[in-house]
Amino acid sequence: MISFILRRLGVLIPTFLGITVLVFALIHLIPGDPVEAMSGERGMEPARYAALMTEFGLDRPLPVQYIDYVFKAAKGDLGNSIVTQEPVLREFLDRFPATFELSLCAMLFAVCLGIPAGVIAALKRNTPIDYGVMGVSLTGYSMPIFWWALLLILFFSVHLGWTPVSGRLAIEFDPARVTGLMLIDSILSGEEGAFLSAVSHLILPTIALGTIPLATLARMTRSAMLEVLGEDYVRAARARGLSPLRVVVRHALRNALIPVITVIGLQVGTLLAGAILTETIFSWPGIGKWMVEAIHRRDYPVVQGGILLSATLVIVVNLLVDVLYGVINPRIRHAR
Amino acid sequence: MLRITAIASGLLLSLLATPAFAAKTLVYCSEGSPEGFNPMFYTTGTTHDASSAQLFNRLVEFEVGTTNIVPGLATAWEISPDGLSYTFKLRKGVKFHTTDKFTPTRDFNADDVLFTWNRMADANHPFHKNSPGTNYAYFQDMGMAKIVDKVEKTDDYTVVFKLKAPVAPFLANMAMDFMSIQSAEFASKMKAAGTPEVVDREPVGTGPFRLQSYQKDAVIRYKAHDKYYEGRPKLDNVIFAITPDASVRLAKVKAGECQLMAYPKPADLPAIKADTSINLLTKEGLNIGYIALNVEKKPFDNKLVRQAVNMAIDKKGILDTIYQGAGQVAKNPIPPIMWSYNDKIKDYPYNVIKAKELLAKAGLKDGFEMELWYLPVQRPYNPDGKRMAELVQADLAKIGVTAKLVTYEWGEYRKRAKNGEHQAVMFGWSGDNGDPDNFFANLLSCDAVAGGGNFARWCNQEYDGIIKKAASTAQKAERSKLYEKAQEIVKEEAVWVPIAHSVRFEPVRKSVVGYKTAAVPTNHYFSKVDVTGK
Repeated sequence: MISFILRRLGVLIPTFLGITVLVFALIHLIPGDPVEAMSGERGMEPARYAALMTEFGLDRPLPVQYIDYVFKAAKGDLGNSIVTQEPVLREFLDRFPATFELSLCAMLFAVCLGIPAGVIAALKRNTPIDYGVMGVSLTGYSMPIFWWALLLILFFSVHLGWTPVSGRLAIEFDPARVTGLMLIDSILSGEEGAFLSAVSHLILPTIALGTIPLATLARMTRSAMLEVLGEDYVRAARARGLSPLRVVVRHALRNALIPVITVIGLQVGTLLAGAILTETIFSWPGIGKWMVEAIHRRDYPVVQGGILLSATLVIVVNLLVDVLYGVINPRIRHAR
Repeated sequence: MLRITAIASGLLLSLLATPAFAAKTLVYCSEGSPEGFNPMFYTTGTTHDASSAQLFNRLVEFEVGTTNIVPGLATAWEISPDGLSYTFKLRKGVKFHTTDKFTPTRDFNADDVLFTWNRMADANHPFHKNSPGTNYAYFQDMGMAKIVDKVEKTDDYTVVFKLKAPVAPFLANMAMDFMSIQSAEFASKMKAAGTPEVVDREPVGTGPFRLQSYQKDAVIRYKAHDKYYEGRPKLDNVIFAITPDASVRLAKVKAGECQLMAYPKPADLPAIKADTSINLLTKEGLNIGYIALNVEKKPFDNKLVRQAVNMAIDKKGILDTIYQGAGQVAKNPIPPIMWSYNDKIKDYPYNVIKAKELLAKAGLKDGFEMELWYLPVQRPYNPDGKRMAELVQADLAKIGVTAKLVTYEWGEYRKRAKNGEHQAVMFGWSGDNGDPDNFFANLLSCDAVAGGGNFARWCNQEYDGIIKKAASTAQKAERSKLYEKAQEIVKEEAVWVPIAHSVRFEPVRKSVVGYKTAAVPTNHYFSKVDVTGK
């Protein structure tokens, strides 16, 4: 087991180096630079432009900048944002709880609806129910997030007035930041109605962000279930006269869940990518919205640091899933 | 005893019966996060709106809704006959904000003006390099250090600005956001406490509101400044709800989550007009969208060709298609709301036959090929550069001119255009101090050819002489005449195809009372605004 984990960790270092090279190259390939982005139509005097480029260290050759960046990053220093002059790590940590809260809710939403939907579709295979579930999930999977999010807002917030349009909390509440998670901070603030407000603000973004993982999970669960339901041990369980519910839940679903767990792990990356659009639409102050702004302003340290930290997150979650998977399934653990 | 209890309980009951004190709050859906709260450092409207418009005052201010300059922290000013010395009489009894970290012990005075000025002008000032990586962009761009020789304090309430040469737009510059007056006392206290960086993070100004809190990328909260010199604002709270998507901003206004929003989409305007709970305020923009013809490149070195192109383009068609009613056809480099606008000038008529004749006269009977650079981004003065380019391309085809459409990423676009690599380029300008010089000198002077702002790369001695004279003349009427003459030259030379002045729209819920759309700069001012019940 330990050698399995070590082997996995060994792959991490080249992965990280690869990410830094890629991000660094890509951000510098985009035309323009942070100093140019600071000046508008008016432009900037060449002398001042040069002075600022020097001050930010952007006039050095790219390989020098890259090596400097990697060494500092290895020591945990991701630099300062060019726009706000605050450390990138602090800016990230300030915004991460918002993204975490939203992603977690979206994931719960996807798991709680997606797995049962997949199971039902598998059990009612080739019936209208199956076709219905699969049709809806294909639609959900193909829906552009920003469009879906706007539809939700126009219908539920503007037309029906059931949910707030955007933001994390109604403006009359201003709870002190303790955890950064609004659901918890609103309870801690003791203000009446704050928690409900936080919940109501979460509903639409959760649906918008959770729809694609929901569709993926439903389809995945269905096919895994169909495979397992055809196995001999399921037939054996049925033959022994176990109740259908027991057969499905204890014998079929448990085994079908193994590939589904892997997919859930992989969805973390999808969630972070989807968060960029969802957060922009719902004015959700998380890392997605933060990075979009940073790209517009060519804030190199923020873009590089933000992607590096997000990638770390995805890698760590996938590592955990792999390890978990190894625990569940010994065949994986011993594979070369 | 019983009576006392009865009175007391009666009082208590009446207290309970009166509705809880309802704070008046206005929520404005803004489009982006501010870069910071010190207006000296930044050039974007978003940042100035969130900092200088709410938190600070200037010595002189722009009257809200016009380009007129009115008293601010200075009650009066006097310009010496030679135009070299500006004496400002400062307002007495102006209080700075009280915050968690700072309680002012004195009123605003000349020391604050000196501190504000010297911090930007003097590279050795202890606060000049207070925050890393920042720069005094606007101060430098407006050439303040080149204009002003020195600033002197005559007494606590008199400050004299000595100029190197008479520069009439100086006064308008003093009303700009970057000239927001900061507290010298706050700075010295923070320095003494060993935390000078607080000065730029937790702003203290004299403005109508003070900063209560900023939740990054989400909400900025302001509280009324109880001792504001014009009287306490009627609103108790102003809140900026940062909402980057224009459709979502509109949804919030419709749902009543915001009372006011930034930048509606042109396509949404008809729906907004139809909504009975929303007033759609309009303001003629202080801007110009144009196509500059590079006189250094053939065939635009020939005036006849430039005039022909001017006649070939159907501006009315462009206005209808792209601006959807949110603009006016332009004929001059400055917008009609600006003083000195020459309305007597006749625009080149849209006339394909005449244009062809001019081309033939220039020896280009069969037309020519050219590159037209179009804006890669949406700008306030041009909602859709690509679409505009396509229309212009079609118009030019009618006189035998083949236009190839070219564009680059926005930063790259500006860089290349400043170097003069283009033949014809689409650009625009939004005025920042309401003075005509801000357009004429920045966009068409000989200096601006080297500086890069003159995209026609046109240098005309007669024109240059006129605008230089206008800039050094103090009398507005005399200046106005000179600028009117300058517009005649520009029209005759036809170095631009002026396209449009866009109109700004602001959807405001009907519950908002007393709000006026500002002309310059495009900030939001709430000191005299009130809200009524839903």
